Amino acid sequence: MATILTSTSAKLTLPHALPLDSGQALEGVEIAYETYGNLSADKDNAILICHALTGDQYVANPHPITGKPGWWSRTVGPGKPIDTDRFHVICANVIGSCMGSTGPASLAPDGQPFGMRFPVITIRDMVRAQVALLDALGIECLHAVVGGSMGGMQALSFAANFGERTQRVLAIATTARHSAQNIAFHEVGRQAIMADPNWQGGAYYATGRAPDAGLAVARMAAHITYLSEAGLTDKFGRRLQDRDSKSFGFDADFQVESYLRYQGISFTNRFDSNSYLYITRAMDYFDLAEEHGGRLADAFARTSARFCLISFDTDWLYPTAESRNIVHALNAVAAPVSFVELSAPYGHDSFLLDVPAQDRVIKGFLE
Amino acid sequence: MSTLRPDLEVIARHIPAGARVLDVGCGDGSLMAALRDGRGVDARGLELSPEKVELCVSKGLSVIQGDANRDLAEYPDGAFDYAILSQTLQTAERPDLMLEHLLRVGRQAFVSFPNFAYWRMRLSLLVKGRMPVTPHLPVSWYETENIHHLTIADFRALLAEKGVKTEGCWFFAHDREIGSTGANWWAEHAVFQLSR
Repeated sequence: MATILTSTSAKLTLPHALPLDSGQALEGVEIAYETYGNLSADKDNAILICHALTGDQYVANPHPITGKPGWWSRTVGPGKPIDTDRFHVICANVIGSCMGSTGPASLAPDGQPFGMRFPVITIRDMVRAQVALLDALGIECLHAVVGGSMGGMQALSFAANFGERTQRVLAIATTARHSAQNIAFHEVGRQAIMADPNWQGGAYYATGRAPDAGLAVARMAAHITYLSEAGLTDKFGRRLQDRDSKSFGFDADFQVESYLRYQGISFTNRFDSNSYLYITRAMDYFDLAEEHGGRLADAFARTSARFCLISFDTDWLYPTAESRNIVHALNAVAAPVSFVELSAPYGHDSFLLDVPAQDRVIKGFLE
Repeated sequence: MSTLRPDLEVIARHIPAGARVLDVGCGDGSLMAALRDGRGVDARGLELSPEKVELCVSKGLSVIQGDANRDLAEYPDGAFDYAILSQTLQTAERPDLMLEHLLRVGRQAFVSFPNFAYWRMRLSLLVKGRMPVTPHLPVSWYETENIHHLTIADFRALLAEKGVKTEGCWFFAHDREIGSTGANWWAEHAVFQLSR
């Protein structure tokens, strides 16, 4: 059983329109967030945790829909590497998502869901929303901004655009730009959603039909990229699912098929298809160097924060070379940076799983 | 700083307060921590072992896990006042190129290394006819990381060939500093302070 931590779930409506990279602006943006641990009188012990593509603000407490433990409950809590007895942890649902912050399923000014009328957003737009939240909370400077995967992209974007507002940046299993392969996998997912007749051009909310089949396929394809080949072999091999021999049909004969189908279907219970389109787009558009005249080092020229990057040797989604690329850029501007490639068998998902070395690095860096 | 190895102690003594330092092969970061705590030096490290990087990070040090043979090339010219390479030169794939990178990345460099011409080594090789195994070089030839053994005389010859200036040099035997006379016979290891 997961222990329930004392947390505050709250929702903030931004007082001003949120300017977006697309040139548009979003009025009345809502940001749903959770906080853990007490904020010090000087407001200097806040850690902002940024979540990944399909993550949410429920970083350490059970998910309200699935009831499963928070996505980083092994890392965040009293006495844990991100110690809520010492730090005030804030985790906000990114804009474009579907767990309470404004996204494509939210109502537009005309009272109807945005659907595809929602503006295309970027990682930097997500970060702008987080900073607006910090403004509202009266937090001038963070102890640290922390994130893995897309959360790491936000942490890097935070450093590049609001570098004076954090003392530390911890970016795990991430990249400074989406590669062609990253974009390609996302495009498979998006096409699966949009090819589902229930998608209906994104205007499915009031129809009682949602593109769940498409979203499930998208999740299945993406899930493969989160695991390592050796991890899959280890977990499933060629073992058959509840049967002694192949069926000579297209049932889920193999355990790995059954597992992926389950992952896909259960995902549709908690995630909105249009949010998946918008957030994967934001990740594909992410190129921190491009935002800074094509030179990644320039992105970090104005921050005095300390950096720590962690990669995993079995992560082929954002391999170590991507982290090293960021490290070299930070070195070029003499930023204080630590980097370590950790060995773990779980592929990209390692940052969410039992890797004691990661715990020690996180804890040490946040000291 | 009293707990530092004697060669590191000498290096630490000769680095001025507030300098920018890169410790190549920084190990558990004890020199970096001493420099930071003792004299406010802005120290950065490069270390191959993930476990040692982890230790350094937990001390609040900025250390990058990487292979000096490759990753030193990624540091910009003149980024540091001093680049330090302690007891690592003899493990380099190309010690000559590593020396050049040290003096490119740092305005000056400190290099320390075990002297293979120490008299006990010579004697051991002469009498036993086998690669010496000593308290300072305890690993057999087939599994040692020290793939490029060198002597003080070899190192001086390399410096001359590369046109590198010696700003200072210190010699040690039995973890005590000794004089420079006959150092290639009497010193177990050496520290050189170098500049272009």
